[in-house]
Amino acid sequence: MDDQTVMDQDVKEGVDQETVDAVKQLSGAYKHGWNTEIEMDFAPKGLTEDIVRLISERNSEPEWMLEFRLDAFRRWQKMDEPDWSMLRYAPVDYQEQYYYAKPSSMKEKPKSLDEVDPKLLETYKKLGIPLKEQMILAGVEGAEGAPADAKGERKVAVDAVFDSVSVGTTFKKELAQAGVIFCSISEAVQEHPELVKKYLASVVPVQDNYFATLNAAVFSDGSFVYVPKGTRCPMELSTYFRINAENTGQFERTLIIADEGAYVSYLEGCTAPMRETNQLHAAVVEIVALDDAEVKYSTVQNWYPGDENGKGGIYNFVTKRADCRGDRSKVSWTQVETGSALTWKYPSCILRGDDSQGEFYSIAITNNWQQADTGTKMIHLGKNTRSRIVSKGISAGHAQNTYRGLVSMHPKAKNSRNYTQCDSLLIGDKCGAHTVPYIEVKNNSSRVEHEATTSKVDDDQMFYCQQRGMDEEEAVALIVNGFCKEVLQALPMEFAMEAQQLVAISLEGSVG
Amino acid sequence: MMALPQAKQDATEARLAALTLPVQDGWTRAARADALARLTKSGLPGPRDEYWRWTRPAELNAVDVPGAAPMDESDEAPIFDGIDALSLVFRDGVFDAEASDDLTLEGVEISRLSEVQGADIHWAREVYGALELRGQDPVVRPFAALNTAFASDGVLIRATGKAAKPICIRYVHEKSDSDPILHHVVKVEEGAEVTLLEAGAPGARFNTVLEADIADRGTFHHVRAQGRNRDRRANTHTFARLGEESVCKSFTLSLNGALTRNEHIIEFTGDDAAAHVAGAAIGDGKVAKFHHDDTVFVTHDAVNCESRQVFKKVLKNGALGVFQGKILVKAGAQKTDGYQISQSLLLDGDSQFLAKPELEIYADDVACSHGSTTGSIDEEMLFYLKARGVPHARAMDLLVLAFLAETLAEIEEDAIAESLRTRLENWLERHAD
Repeated sequence: MDDQTVMDQDVKEGVDQETVDAVKQLSGAYKHGWNTEIEMDFAPKGLTEDIVRLISERNSEPEWMLEFRLDAFRRWQKMDEPDWSMLRYAPVDYQEQYYYAKPSSMKEKPKSLDEVDPKLLETYKKLGIPLKEQMILAGVEGAEGAPADAKGERKVAVDAVFDSVSVGTTFKKELAQAGVIFCSISEAVQEHPELVKKYLASVVPVQDNYFATLNAAVFSDGSFVYVPKGTRCPMELSTYFRINAENTGQFERTLIIADEGAYVSYLEGCTAPMRETNQLHAAVVEIVALDDAEVKYSTVQNWYPGDENGKGGIYNFVTKRADCRGDRSKVSWTQVETGSALTWKYPSCILRGDDSQGEFYSIAITNNWQQADTGTKMIHLGKNTRSRIVSKGISAGHAQNTYRGLVSMHPKAKNSRNYTQCDSLLIGDKCGAHTVPYIEVKNNSSRVEHEATTSKVDDDQMFYCQQRGMDEEEAVALIVNGFCKEVLQALPMEFAMEAQQLVAISLEGSVG
Repeated sequence: MMALPQAKQDATEARLAALTLPVQDGWTRAARADALARLTKSGLPGPRDEYWRWTRPAELNAVDVPGAAPMDESDEAPIFDGIDALSLVFRDGVFDAEASDDLTLEGVEISRLSEVQGADIHWAREVYGALELRGQDPVVRPFAALNTAFASDGVLIRATGKAAKPICIRYVHEKSDSDPILHHVVKVEEGAEVTLLEAGAPGARFNTVLEADIADRGTFHHVRAQGRNRDRRANTHTFARLGEESVCKSFTLSLNGALTRNEHIIEFTGDDAAAHVAGAAIGDGKVAKFHHDDTVFVTHDAVNCESRQVFKKVLKNGALGVFQGKILVKAGAQKTDGYQISQSLLLDGDSQFLAKPELEIYADDVACSHGSTTGSIDEEMLFYLKARGVPHARAMDLLVLAFLAETLAEIEEDAIAESLRTRLENWLERHAD
């Protein structure tokens, strides 16, 4: 069904206005496909040592940071792009990309909202970020002191990254009172060099893989979180990533450190405008969890997936890894992957501490010509470590969806447990669903269980839904949401709502 | 073509230099030449090849055969003893006519590769190397190509009706440095039926290929017991192609073995067919090294076919088990029912199980599932048995046997399953400690 038919349809009796509005809002292919015409400050196209130096200079980085980048860049030049995934794409020309882009208006901090480039504000509004937070994100001085627009509203601190730079972080003061550091990584390099030096690249080494090494050389910004000992972060932390400029690659780097007994829940959202050319995104996320610490990391990845003919879309090559260094530490990854033309992403947990826990809940939806190769690695090193993997892959149109994972029980990881469940759902006969799990068990006191199924949308369920007045598309959305239930439940409230709607949107045009 | 890495190139050249093509190659000439070209192009497997991630191919590549003293297995009845079968004996890869039965059996035509390959024409020409070639995509299998090119002998079986009794190939291993390369071909004509048994280790290190082409409504049963030799290195490939409504069942029992790589490559080309591949393996690393790898690749390219993979391993004292199983459902292969289970029982902290159960699916109306579990003996079950007066060692054996017995249920003929169960029991008795 196309948008127009939704709009023009007469409202059926008994359907309330809210539903109609919701449907209207959801219709249309890609909600975040608009583009903001903002004057940008670009570095020249292409990647050379000079560009790496320029990025470092623009961020006024200390010498050690520049060395870190140059070392990564030299290593990257000697590496080959990996070809083991099930992704098929034309080679990326790394010299045809911009590696640094920044809104020009950010050169000087505006004094009030009136001075802020209205287009930037418009961007945040479209992304659904509240006004007060818009002020802060726009970099208005003193905005943090301004009263919140609604009392008692649930607070979420936001760091927004626009193309290459972080444009602002909200609720900094309130977080600082609790001792939590939440800022852009470029700020952290200036203000907390000891923490950055200690933890940066300690989970994902510089030479880890092709894309991570590229990121280490050219990352321009990202978020930094430090939650001190025994602190429960008073609010959810959130980052919005947006690629706006054309031919720009986004290379953000996120570092989250949860000190002993700390807790933090972190949300990540991504969008990009519709472009005819493919855009590159190669991020690195590192999480360190010390004794008794817990980190919950949730992602709703909704980068532009390309059009229905497979033109354009983001190439998403992401390295995400958590090091459960401390005993009894816990890291939980939840991801809803609906966007990107290509997704290459394996959020992993190294369960080093005894009794540590890792979780991976994933929904990956591919439609039209999207391709996703995603999964997780659970490396059990400590005793009594536990991991749980629940992966739901949905493939429609001409899309290919692959779960790739590794569960490894090392000889010393006595009495450890893993449970893995990978389910795939196929909608239509032109798409593919694949499962590539690796299981390595090197001690006998551990138990590893792996289950995988592949099926199609159940005819009986479809009949049942349609018989109750749903059209085919609604019925599929409902059934798919049911199929994903276990993962949706693992998401924080706000994200769960958004994710459910996304599931429906992503599958538009997949039936009939 | 991309050049091979130097180490791979060197290993391949060295190995090829030590092998000789048969002089009288007749109708096999083209297939052998093509296979040699494939092998030269792909090179022998290297330690960095993903398909050899968990099994190091060095001992299979080596020019010099890693020695394996023959093992006296006369302390128990011969494998498949009491099963009425036509017997063919190979000593270190060389056919022993004296010890073998006449090659005549109602419902089948039997000949030997080395005897008939000098001729210009033979029915096996359509199959020899053809199924192996089909099995080279999407993953190369260099040892199978090597086999097609250099096989010294093999049994060619053509079933035209219902075979009067099973055909049993008995391998005898006598020389500690034998390195036989045998290539068997089975052609099951429309509606025909035959059972092939293989018993023992063909040599110190061996490379065997079995190609089974099963026409519409044909039935092929294959049961294999790989002997007890602890030092032997096994490298086997079973290729099967299934026509409409045909049935293929293959079972392998492996007790001991320093190195085993058993590959099964199954392809459905006709609708409504069924293929079951199963295996039980048990090894004790204390007595000798035990490394056992089952690699299975099932391709569904027809409608409404059923495939089943059931593999179980019991690993003791540092034994290592590998399972790589894949179900590929091609576009249009609707109504596929694919099932795969790999399980292992680790009896101590030193043993390892490495598994990669894979699905690749391009059709939507299918039901495919796989499961893989690894763990130790269930303490509660053990307690239950011991509480009823069963001694610890006996209780352990019972649980191991119960675990492996599920795979024996995959064998069609009860008498054959029973004879293998006895061998398992005897093994457990010998390794009771």
